[in-house]
Amino acid sequence: MARMRPVPYRVVERRRETRDTVTLALEPVAARIAEPSPGQFTMMYAWGVGEVPVSVSGGGAKPRVEQTVRAVGAVTRALCGARPGEMLGLRGPFGVGWGLDEVQGFDLILAAGGIGLAPLRSVVLRALADPRRYGRIVLLVGARTPADLLYPDELERWRRCGVHVEVTVDRAAAGWTGHVGLITSLIDLVDADPARAAAFVCGPEIMMRLTARALVERGVPPHRVRLSLERNMRCGVGWCGHCQLGPLLLCRDGPVVPYERAEPLMAVKEL
Amino acid sequence: MAKLMTTGLSALYDALRRAGYTVIGPTVRDGAIVLDELRSADDLPVGWGVTLAPGGYRVRRRDDQAAFGHSAGPQSWKPFLHQPRVKLWEADRVGDGFEVREERPEPPRYAFLGVRPCDLRAIEIQDRVLMGGRHTDSAYAARREGVFIVAVDCTEPGETCFCASMGTGPKSGPGYDLALTELIDDGSPRYVVEVGSEAGSAVLAEVPTEEADEDLQACARAEVAAAAEHMGREMPALGLRDLMAESLDYARWDEVASRCLSCGNCTMVCPTCFCTTVEDTTDLTGEHAERWQLWDSCFDLGFSHLHGGDVRSSPKSRYRQWLTHKLGTWHDQFGSSGCVGCGRCIVWCPVGIDLTEEVAALQAERDQRASGERGAP
Ligand SMILES: Cc1cc2nc3c(=O)[nH]c(=O)nc-3n(C[C@H](O)[C@H](O)[C@H](O)COP(=O)(O)OP(=O)(O)OC[C@H]3O[C@@H](n4cnc5c(N)ncnc54)[C@H](O)[C@@H]3O)c2cc1C
Ligand code: SF4
Ligand code: SF4
Repeated sequence: MARMRPVPYRVVERRRETRDTVTLALEPVAARIAEPSPGQFTMMYAWGVGEVPVSVSGGGAKPRVEQTVRAVGAVTRALCGARPGEMLGLRGPFGVGWGLDEVQGFDLILAAGGIGLAPLRSVVLRALADPRRYGRIVLLVGARTPADLLYPDELERWRRCGVHVEVTVDRAAAGWTGHVGLITSLIDLVDADPARAAAFVCGPEIMMRLTARALVERGVPPHRVRLSLERNMRCGVGWCGHCQLGPLLLCRDGPVVPYERAEPLMAVKEL
Repeated sequence: MAKLMTTGLSALYDALRRAGYTVIGPTVRDGAIVLDELRSADDLPVGWGVTLAPGGYRVRRRDDQAAFGHSAGPQSWKPFLHQPRVKLWEADRVGDGFEVREERPEPPRYAFLGVRPCDLRAIEIQDRVLMGGRHTDSAYAARREGVFIVAVDCTEPGETCFCASMGTGPKSGPGYDLALTELIDDGSPRYVVEVGSEAGSAVLAEVPTEEADEDLQACARAEVAAAAEHMGREMPALGLRDLMAESLDYARWDEVASRCLSCGNCTMVCPTCFCTTVEDTTDLTGEHAERWQLWDSCFDLGFSHLHGGDVRSSPKSRYRQWLTHKLGTWHDQFGSSGCVGCGRCIVWCPVGIDLTEEVAALQAERDQRASGERGAP
């Protein structure tokens, strides 16, 4: 059951992003997992505590995997506490990613709420590595407060590389001069051709529903609006049954799902 | 070509043992017909039957010597293949890291003696879930691979059986090594045998048989055909998948939720339910860690746990998940229905919830809505 065995990875770098979130750079000790594509996730194991699904937030040099974890419970707290030199386990990569290769030549509209920016970071990094493959890149980011904003330095760097970045917060703090309010209010600022765009959205479910709907209303074709959905996952390989969303097993058929597929399922309460 | 076994089941049992199998089959224990290792053919429930009802199960004496005159018991074959507890791996700290090992004991070579057609199909369905996708559950596969299956057609379905409407019985479908039909004349049974594999043929060669003549075969066929007419329950055959997809907002779910205890019995006894969770542990020193895979139930509140809250927090949404998965979305996920019509979930539900009745009620609600839409006459 090779797929069930965590592969030892060493923490080589730990960057604190916010009060409750860190990015870990991991390198294999010996054997390595296959190279993840943006939107895929791994099952991250903290010794003796447990294992949870976490998206890949970037690659870096080849065998290196970067993952950004927000501490919300036992396992994520243990992961966030891992220091450089410590060993964690990885299984994967699992699931269907964003499908970046399928949208070459299109403008990219990326909308992230909270920790949802993590799986989109890997999209930005991949697209910037080969900018001629895509049109404009627009990144809309929502955070609770300015202090909860992930990757602030990188956002600046991406801006300098030509990414159109817009940030909004739910609650401003002293010195904040940017937008305040829902991420959907940023959509009118998008300078991209909706009909020639692909939109990737990740964040709390309600944010994804509103954002995706607004993007479709603006003219992005529903099959090119993709959401990264979250459900409980115990195995990552389609056997445990926990990640069902109606007909979908999200570890296998997702986590990235086209809006036209996801919309009717998200509309049913407690599905 | 069908054969007739000219001696009793002992000859078949002995042949299986000589071929090196651990023989599992039905046997009477604590007032129920359970599945367990048989020490001899005498352990079979000869002369025992069962009386089944929603929320009710009783063994009873038969007035004949049938060994398979009973329908599905509390257990299916599931625990023997998809075990309730499996150690996935163990690991030890080494230096500042750890080493992971998977050590799995060699699985027993099982012969299943007395697999009913519904359960035969259930095994095929679990095969598809656990071995048919991109990833193979190797613990399941290792146990499944060597299994020798003696199926037994049903000639006397129970009060809660509906395999005929699910298309899974009462005649054994493919997948067996040997299939028996039990015929009772003057109180004592005779067994007509069909061969389904080379392994089956090899075992049968060690058992005294003669050609089954055309009359006998016709008789066996007639018994099984008659059984199809005597099902205790019926499930609407067509449109279940659509009904499940359309009915998500129906009032009937509230009604069934007012009775359902969310105990999860139905998921434990169902031969196709496969969901699991994992448990991570360490020993007291913290130097040794293990991960175990355990059966889980979608009726458990924590099953759909997310950091923001449990997705299916109401009992209604959990019953709906169970039924719509079983009869509807299983098709999308694994290419068939997840129900084989064994009736176990009806029998072992403490409050006697009957899925055939629930489906009928959902259908009635749909019809009512449709006539409402057309306007009252
Ligand atoms: C595809 C996918 C990608 C994700 N990507 C990220 C990411 O990049 N960064 C990040 O910080 N978080 C991510 N999450 C969420 C993360 O998995 C949960 O926050 C984490 O599982 C919480 O576990 P916990 O033990 O810390 O918290 P608790 O809320 O105490 O969780 C209890 C237990 O529930 C189980 N569980 C399984 N799946 C989940 C789940 N999805 N949510 C909550 N509990 C779960 C775990 O065994 C966990 O230990 C992702 C989730 C999914 C499904
Ligand atoms: S749902 Fe009920 S009747 Fe159908 S296979 Fe499962 S236990 Fe048997
Ligand atoms: S349907 Fe019956 S067996 Fe299933 S969870 Fe509800 S009360 Fe328990």
